Order: sequence, then C-alpha cells, then structure tokens
Amino acid sequence: MLILTCPCCGVTGEETEFHAGGEAHLKRFGPGSTDDDFESYLFMRENPKGVHFERWRHVYGCGKWFHAARCTMTLEVFGTYPAQTLAPPQELCDAISAKRPGWSWRAFS
Amino acid sequence: MSNAVTALNGAEARDGIATITEVALQGMITLRGDLASKPVAKAVKAAAGVAVPKPGTAAVVGDSGVCWMSPDELLILCPYDTVAETVAQMNDTLAGVHALVADVSDARASFRVAGPAAREVMAKLAPVDLHPDAFAPGMFRRTRMAQVPAAFWMPDTDSFQIVCFRSQAQYMFDLLKVAAQKGSGVSVFQ
Amino acid sequence: MSTRLATGGRRLNRDAGVRFSFNGQSLKGVEGDTLASALLANDQMLVGRSFKYHRPRGIVAAGPEEPNALVNLGQDAAFEPNQRATTTELFDGLTATSQNHWPSLEFDVGAINAKLSRFMPAGFYYKMFIHPRPLWKHVYEPFIRQAAGLGKAPKGRDGDTYEHFYAHCDVLVVGGGIAGLTAAKAAADSGARVLIVEQTAHWGGRAPVDGGTVDGLPVDKVVDDLVSALRDMDNVTMRLRMMGAGVYDHGYVLGYERLTDHAPDLDGPRHRLWRIRAGHTITATGAIERPLSFAGNDVPGVMLAGAVRDYVVDYGVSVGDRTVVVTNNDDAYRTAIALNAAGLSVPVILDARVPSVDSPLMAQAKAAGIRVMMGHGVAKVLGGKRVTGVAVCAQAGEGAVLEEIACDAVAMSGGWSPVVHLWSHCGGKLVWDTQFAMFRPDVDKSPLGADGAPFVSAAGAANGHFGLAEILGDAHAMGQGAARRTGHTPAKSAAPAGDSIEEAPMLPVWLMPQGASRALRSKAWLDYQNDVKVSDVQLAAQEGFESVEHAKRYTTLGMATDQGKLSNINGLAILSDALNQPIPQTGTTTFRPPYTPISMGAIGGEARGDVFQPIRRTPMHNWHDQNGADWEPVGQWRRPYAYVRAGESTHDAVMRETRNVRENLGLLDASTLGKLVVKGPDAGKFLDMLYTNMMSTLKPGKCRYGLMCDENGFLIDDGVVARIDDQTFLCHTTTGGAERIHGHMEEWLQTEWWDWQVYVANVTEQYAQVAVVGPNARKALEALGGMDVSREGLGFMEWADGTLGGFDVRAYRISFSGELSYEIAVRASEGQAFWDALMAVGADLGVMPYGTEALHILRAEKGFIMIGDETDGTVIPQDLGLHWALSKKKDDYLGKRAHLRSHMADPERWKLVGLETLDGSTLPDGAYAVAQGTNANGQRNMQGRVTSSYHSPNLNKGIAMGLVLHGPDRMGEVIDFPGTDGTVYKARIVSPVFYDPDGEKQNV
Repeated sequence: MLILTCPCCGVTGEETEFHAGGEAHLKRFGPGSTDDDFESYLFMRENPKGVHFERWRHVYGCGKWFHAARCTMTLEVFGTYPAQTLAPPQELCDAISAKRPGWSWRAFS
Repeated sequence: MSNAVTALNGAEARDGIATITEVALQGMITLRGDLASKPVAKAVKAAAGVAVPKPGTAAVVGDSGVCWMSPDELLILCPYDTVAETVAQMNDTLAGVHALVADVSDARASFRVAGPAAREVMAKLAPVDLHPDAFAPGMFRRTRMAQVPAAFWMPDTDSFQIVCFRSQAQYMFDLLKVAAQKGSGVSVFQ
Repeated sequence: MSTRLATGGRRLNRDAGVRFSFNGQSLKGVEGDTLASALLANDQMLVGRSFKYHRPRGIVAAGPEEPNALVNLGQDAAFEPNQRATTTELFDGLTATSQNHWPSLEFDVGAINAKLSRFMPAGFYYKMFIHPRPLWKHVYEPFIRQAAGLGKAPKGRDGDTYEHFYAHCDVLVVGGGIAGLTAAKAAADSGARVLIVEQTAHWGGRAPVDGGTVDGLPVDKVVDDLVSALRDMDNVTMRLRMMGAGVYDHGYVLGYERLTDHAPDLDGPRHRLWRIRAGHTITATGAIERPLSFAGNDVPGVMLAGAVRDYVVDYGVSVGDRTVVVTNNDDAYRTAIALNAAGLSVPVILDARVPSVDSPLMAQAKAAGIRVMMGHGVAKVLGGKRVTGVAVCAQAGEGAVLEEIACDAVAMSGGWSPVVHLWSHCGGKLVWDTQFAMFRPDVDKSPLGADGAPFVSAAGAANGHFGLAEILGDAHAMGQGAARRTGHTPAKSAAPAGDSIEEAPMLPVWLMPQGASRALRSKAWLDYQNDVKVSDVQLAAQEGFESVEHAKRYTTLGMATDQGKLSNINGLAILSDALNQPIPQTGTTTFRPPYTPISMGAIGGEARGDVFQPIRRTPMHNWHDQNGADWEPVGQWRRPYAYVRAGESTHDAVMRETRNVRENLGLLDASTLGKLVVKGPDAGKFLDMLYTNMMSTLKPGKCRYGLMCDENGFLIDDGVVARIDDQTFLCHTTTGGAERIHGHMEEWLQTEWWDWQVYVANVTEQYAQVAVVGPNARKALEALGGMDVSREGLGFMEWADGTLGGFDVRAYRISFSGELSYEIAVRASEGQAFWDALMAVGADLGVMPYGTEALHILRAEKGFIMIGDETDGTVIPQDLGLHWALSKKKDDYLGKRAHLRSHMADPERWKLVGLETLDGSTLPDGAYAVAQGTNANGQRNMQGRVTSSYHSPNLNKGIAMGLVLHGPDRMGEVIDFPGTDGTVYKARIVSPVFYDPDGEKQNV
C-alpha cells in the first residue's frame, strides 16, 4: 500500500486516504474536435513500465487533486505537484532523470 | 432554537478505556476563499477572534476557533446560537469578494474522546501517526476513521474532538465504543 | 514413549497445573506448556492424519513450521480449526480435537488410501477424475469434496471481537530472538522509535536453548538484560504474541497480535491486527530446520532435532527414551548432548558426513559416550503409529540394511534454512549459499520503498548467519544501519561479542541414502501435510512440470499452511536433481503473506455487527423506525420503503401510501437528496458546462430541472437547481449522488477550469428536507403559517425563504409526483421537530408518511425518469426523449461532443416508451422484449427491456417504462416479454405519461 505526500496540504498519508484518478495531463477535446482526437482523449492511455504520471485526489483530507510521478515497476514516488499545470515541474523531471536516465513519457522527458 | 437536537441527543459511553461523549450543538461555518487575502483575514478575526491558522493546525478555545481545512477552506467554530449572526457578519465583510460562506452546524456531529487511552482509541480507527511527538494540541487532521471521513484536533493532551457527518453519527459513536471496549488498551503511547 | 521429565523445562511453572482435553480425554499440563508439549508429556504423539493417504502423523516441530499437529480448538462460538498445537499456549480448560480422520484418530478408514498410494501418485486427481465426463457431478465431485479440506469451518457466529491498530515507527524489528533484541537495541540507542515484535510468548528465541556466552555472560542472562534495557527505553515498544504477518509496499507491515488466545477469560478483543508503517524493517526471523528425506520419515516419533532439544530444555519433555539422531551437520549433536545430559539414551548418531577430524561438538558427543556412525544414515524407519527402530545403511549406497537399532524417537536434521518469507514478500531477492546449502537474502536486492531506497534488512540467522558471534555482529550492524536509514545517528558502540563453537561443514543431503531405491523413495516424505513424497516430485519432473511453480501445483508440495517452511528446500533440491540443474536455477516458489495464517476476524477488525458498514441516517430515522418503516438501502443511506401498519403487507402499505398522496396528503423524508452550493462570478458558466441544459439564464428565486452527463455522454445525475442570487446556485442531486457529484464538480474546477472563480460546498446534511405532497399540501403549510405559499405567492418551480410554524425554512415548489407539492428544508437539528409539526397539522388533512416505493410509483405514473432505473451508465438523454433538456444554444457542455459519436447518434438505439400489459398485470422488472430471428450466437434477438414496472393503485393496472427499438414510432404495437416464470407477457407500447398528461394537478 503506497504512501503519498499531498502537495496541497502537506500531509503524508497512506493510500486509503487518497483516490487514484488515472493518467495526468490529459488534454480535453470538446465540440469541434475530430473523432480521432476525441477518441484518444476519452480512451487512449499510456501503460508504461517505468516512469508514469498520474492523478490523485486527497479525498479523505483536503480534497485537492494533485499529480504524482511514480515508477510502475518499483513503485518509487519521484514527487507530487498540484494539478493546476500542463506539465510536470522541471526540477521533478531533473530528479527523475537522475534516477532513470533517458526516461520519457508522452512529450515529457 | 428549543427544537434543535444533536444527532444522538448527547449520547455517552463511560465504561471503556476512554469516555466517549457526543458534544452539544456547535456553530460551524465553512469559509472558502483566498486565505491569504485581507478580507478573509478580517472576516475570520471578526468571527473567531483569531488569525487564519497555518496548514494542519487549528486555533480553538472552547466552542470558538478556526480550523485549516484545505488551501482555500477554513472551518469557523462559534457558539451554536450565534451562527446565523456570524454568517451574516462574515458575508458583510466579504461583500464583493469571491468567497463562499455556508452554515454547516447542523450537517455535522461532534464527539469527544477523553482519557489517558484516548490516543489509542483514535489510533485504532485513523491511519495517522498519533504518537505525542507527531500529533499534539494545536494540530488538526482531516482523515478517515474506519470507513468514514472525519476531522479531529486535541482540546488538551488527553482528549480528542472529532467532527463527522451528522448522518454518520451513530456509526461513529458505535465505532468509538468498540474501539474503547474494556480490556482493549494497547499501552503504546504512555 | 514421550513423557515429562522430573526436572528441567525453563518455560514451565511446575507448581501450576493446567487441565485440558484432547479428543474428549481430560489431560494434565503445566503452566508454560504449549499444547504440543503438554500432549507429548501425556504420550500423545499421534495428533492427526495426513491429507491424502490418512497416514498417522505425529508432532514434528516445536514452532510455527509444524505441519501435522493442526487441531480444532474451542467449541461453539469459540471454535476454530487448523490451529497449530506447537504455537498454542496451554490454558486451563482448553479443549482440542484432532482433525482429518474418520471415525477416529486411532482407526481411520481413509488410511486405506495409504495402501493404495502406489496408485495415487502426483497428479492423481487430475488424471483420475477427467473421464468419463458424466461422472463429474454425482460421483467425482462428492467424493473429492468429502476428502478435501483440512478441518471444518466453524458453524456458529464468532463470539469474540477484533480490532485494528495503526502504528508508526522508525524501525520495526520482527523477531524477538537474540538477533532481534540486539538489532532493536542498536537501533533504539540512536533515539529512533523502535517497535519489536515476537510471535511467541517469550523473548530470546532459540539462543537460550543452544547456550553460549556473550561478552562472557551466559546467553539467557544476556537476553534478560537486553529485554529489561529495551523495556526501560521510552522510544521502544515491545510486543509478545505478535507475528509479523506480511511486508508490503512502502514499509507497510501487518502484525498479528494474539491477545486472549492464551487467556480466554480476559476482557477485550481476541486478536489485534497492527497496520504498521515503518521507516525500516528488520526481519530477525531466525531459521527453520530441514527434515531429511528417508523412508518412513513421517512415522510419529520422527522429529526435527532442534524440536527434540526444545522439548527437553524448554518443557522438560522427553519425546522418547531412546532417540536416534540422524544428521548432515553439527547442530544435531547439540540435541544428542542435551538428551544425554537429561539422562536419556541416544543409541547412535547417524552422520551422513565422513569428516577427516572431529569437530568440537563431535568430540563432545563421543566423550559423553554416544556412539557416532559417520557416513551412515537411515535406510528406513521401523514402526507404524510410532517409531520402534531404525534400519541403518551407508549414506553412499542404495539402502542395504547394515543394522537395526531399536528406538522410540528419531531426531533428524538436514541443516537450517533462514526464514526469508518477510524479506521476500515485497520483492527481496535470494541467493544460494553453497556453504550451508540454503537460500539467504541477497543484501544487494532488497525490497525498495517509496523513496527508492531499501526498506527491509534481514538480521542474524534470517540473514544466513549461524554462529553466535556472527549473529550478534550482523544484528548490531543492521540495527545501526536501520537507524541511519531513518535519519538517526547510531550511538558509538561495538557489537556484543558472542562465542561461537567452530562447526564442521554440513553436507547437503537431499535423499538418504543417496541411491535410495524406488520403494524407499516412495516412502520418503517431503511435505507431510500434503502427502508429497520424493517420488512424486520426481514424477512431476518426468512428466514435464519443470517450473518450480508448476511442480508445486501439480504435486501440492508446500501448499496450504506449510507455504515453503519445511518442505521447500528439500523439494527444490529433488526437483533440481531430477532436472539435472543446480538448485539456484530451479529457484523458489513465491513467498506470499501471511507468514502463518491469521484469523478472518483480525482482518475484519471492528467492522462487524452494528459497525460493519457506515449506515447513514436522516434526522427523522428513528421516527421512521418506530412507525413501521421497511428499510431500503440507497447507497449507505437507509430510506423507508414503506411504513407498514399492523395487519398490512408491505404491498398493501405501498398501495395505501400511493393512493393517499393523490387523494390527501403525503410526507416524504427527502433529506437524503444531495444539496450543493455553487458560488462565484463564474458559477453560471460552470453550471452551463456541467448540465446539458442552460442554467446561467435561470432567474434568482426560480428552479430548473437539469441533467448531467459525463464526457462519454452518458447520464450520471439529475435534479432541481435553484438560483439563490446572482452568483449562487443550489444544486440538488440524487440520493447517494451528493458526494459523487460534489467530487465531479471539484474535479473539473481543480483540474480543467482552475482559473474559473467558483466555489462549491456540500451542504446536503445541513438540512432536513420534507416533501409535502398532495391536494392538501398547501392547507397543511398554511396551517403551520408564517409565509405565503399560495399559487401566486410561491409559483410552480419557485423557491422562497421564510418561516413555517416558527421554523426557519426554505420552501421549494417542485414536484416529482405530479401533485401539488412543496419541498421544505429546515435545519437538520430541527428536522424531527418540523416533521412532528407537519404530522400534527396534517392529522385533519389525511396525512400519511410515504416511502420510496410510493415515490417511484407516483413518478412512474407521470413518466418521470429515475437515475439508476431508466439509466444504467449506457443511456443518454436522447434515449429517454429528453431532447428538450439538451441546450442547442451552448457551444459546449460535458457530453455534448460525445453525443455526436456515431454510436450515440444511431437511430437504432432503444428509446423510452410506456408499456401496458393487455390484461392489466404488472410486467416483470428488467424483462426483455424478444424480436424475430436469432443473433450470431444463436440467441433470440431482443428489441427492448423494461426499466421500471409497478402496479398503479391510482390507475388500477400495471404500468411500466422501457427502452424499445424505434419505440416512439411504434405506439399501440404489442410486443412480447417472456418472463422467468414461463409466461409470455404481452404489452402495448404507449406514452410514458400515464397520469394527468397536461400537468394540471401540480399547477393548482
């Protein structure tokens, strides 16, 4: 069972206090979008062996959504950051590079 | 106000390793807004007489105070019979400011767990480090107690005050009674 | 025979006798006994029958690795099967019975299987019970069911209570032997918070039995000193009778504490499951001795050498007057020496090795006058229900009997294996150690924690160290290392210096004798509990089950409670030999938690009875309960389904309530409906995105019904939205939808439109809400008095704040029944008082409370949809004819894009209609309408299904709603709904609005 630190309230808690919310940094496609764009927004997801970015909500705590960078192999959590962003913070990407040289995930590396 | 009753009408249990009491009706006001802003600070000061608390803390004396709920939410505590007046006053202070003030006094139930084993009773239900070095009076924690959301703080070194949803009051009370059952002391925090 | 010696037994309080019973026979033990030691003291060596062949089985071990002595404990509400006698502390009044035999332990009919064992090899059940197929159900299955399973499930309700406990520490030490205590002390000296747990009732583990000195002091004294030193430290918590059950991700460890198993009269929970979060965990779990594989190694009286020593030293129990010791290592000599010292006879030590010089322990045994036969082993054990002797052979040969030696016990040792279970649970890897022929933790491949750093260390024997000096050095270093890893600075201290007797190298012996004939191999047991023999594993390999995981499942080796404790290494070695590959290449099976079984009660913890799940209650819950409510679960809420009066059936009550709402006055507790305040400059824009219809144009004081879809376009919720002021809306959700929709709103606000100025608060429980419904509704409110509720003063789909009967209220004029209807919200704390006031003023107006079923019938009569009935997560508003609620003026809202997908716009989607049976009967809910022809799978084609169906007392006929292919275009057509009762229901397609289609009644 994971432990995560909520970047919004600072609480480090066990997984049962949080709710997993799927892949992070999805771009929404609405009316006017192509069928392909809309389909991939709804259904196409990363399934990496290694570095992954995902959404969590501190549902039994401050209620805020945040993002976590995590290794799906070792479950190591590289870091968490508030959800109000379109890309992971550079210092987190650097920290991941130090541990997983050459990593990439979607457009990020 | 004579019609107003708590969810469990002041239930208590005293035969376990800690005493469990349902706390009388308590004024509670949810305030959402920019916690760093002056109007919010002013409204809080006027309502509870204290400053906006830091994350993870609460400033509560008796039935008045403020608890930090989230980066944009506070819980204001005040006497139950002044809550309407306090809400109105806060709305006045915050007029023209993007903020939300809601009376939630009747949406909640409050319990007091007291006694030297109070920490143990809580640690049976909440996945939180309750060692005296890790959790002490002045701190505030929103978390899970068994299967329901709850928040708590310590009015003194031997007791906890818990806030939960009113509809779950009976569950919370029964839960605390089981956790405080006779002979269930853990003896880890003393 | 086994017996209690006149002296000895370091764990016993000989002054305190204890009475207990085994298979109905009353026996005497001593305080400090385990059930196993007390049984042995009473010469009860035979404790059970094996699983497959029903062979007589005796106690083999003294700890949790015991495979045979599994018994039923207790009776009735305290009954529990499969308890190990070796880990059961004796108490006065304990009752135990043996299991897996019929009709009795001494005489078991199933033992015939043993005679047939030649015909029941590995995979027997797979091979035998395949053909002929017709025999599966009535011959094979009953036979297997009768034979299968260890013990019997308890019949009564468990009379005990259980609980969880969340513990946090820097360093967790699992195992309270000399290594665990030393590691704990080294960690605690740094100031780290340390929790040390020991599964037995005693600190010290095996060290006091084996002796030795530490810093010149006897080891038992050192244990006592360490225990009292740790006890005096504020930063240390010590728990006996607590097993480390499993190690999980990110430092999560389950501890299983047994509080009252040894003292059932104590108050409090029986077991406590500790949910521990440790910065670093040290597994000081010791080692388990391996049996030797020789013919007849399962005859009662053949035991592990270390266990024989434990029984003599710890419990003053002799397992036999004459004990033959058979070994491949030096440690078993300690048993011979201990037995000899206790005045018992050791006719011979059979040692498979041929050393060039005697080691100190060999010399000591010889000096004590014990005969030692080097290079020899056991050809076979003589005896059936009890050892009567051993036939001796050369280890090197095929088993020619050189000599028979009479004895009544055999102490065997095949070497020791570190207990690596906890190390391995979360991914710790193992390496093969050729010196000791064992797997030990690979220190370079530890389980990794949240920060990517190792979070488990093994220490002492669990880490593959056996001499006292090595154990203490390792444990001290691991304790200091754990302190450092958790941010503490270890105190400057040297490891305690233990003395270690030099031992001669052990010799891997996987089969005795090494060239054992087939006859001998098929009597050489690897797994006592599951009746797996050397020949079975060889057969599995021969038949191609080469992966260790396959061989395990094919043979059942190491299954059930054993989980690789006794049988593992020997089985792997035999398999490796059969496959001609080194043991490390074969590898181990997966170690899974728990280490030994833990109770279901402990897993459930407090969640039973009243607190099994959090039932949510409205402020009027108790009133409903006292007034005949039949409860309906709606999420975690309980809502009255109907209020059943004396002499009435539930159906009668529903009919009465439904009629009464249309005729007089009904009250519904609507408090469970979600209420969300949405406020801010962008609140209107936000709600326009969330609802399919337009909310921003709603005027303050007005209400509007709204639909919500998810991004897939499917309906997720509906409800009435009231505009409070320019920037504030109050959104009603379905019962049970409040938290979900609140979360939905927060998700969009926080993760997509975080620059929009909107706050949401869930005020669901702030209000008790009562629906006041029926022709007399207005009269009732007017009787309370205080605000204008007239047709003009509070029009349909309007709301107003005011007072009624002295209560502060918010009154909504909305209707889910088609009648004149108000929903009145008051403070939850005043909900019961307000309800009482309504019942009082309603007394002259024909008031009756009504439940959810009447609510459903009333809305179905009006053709109103219900989320969860007409919707099931695949239904879109267009399916339900709700086009009017899909705004065409808005560029965007959640679900709009999805509704354009080809499948969503498909004209073949089933559409909502009303359904009426031709004979007025009620359609079965959920029934499907059949069409002509069959689909690709040969199943009948379908053309629709029933989504809601009721008997309407107001219309005096069955009414239903359903989704039907081209339904709205087929008004008047009759379609067939086959029921599960064999009847085919014929129903006509009609408009879903059955009652008051012009909506006149709600508008009065």
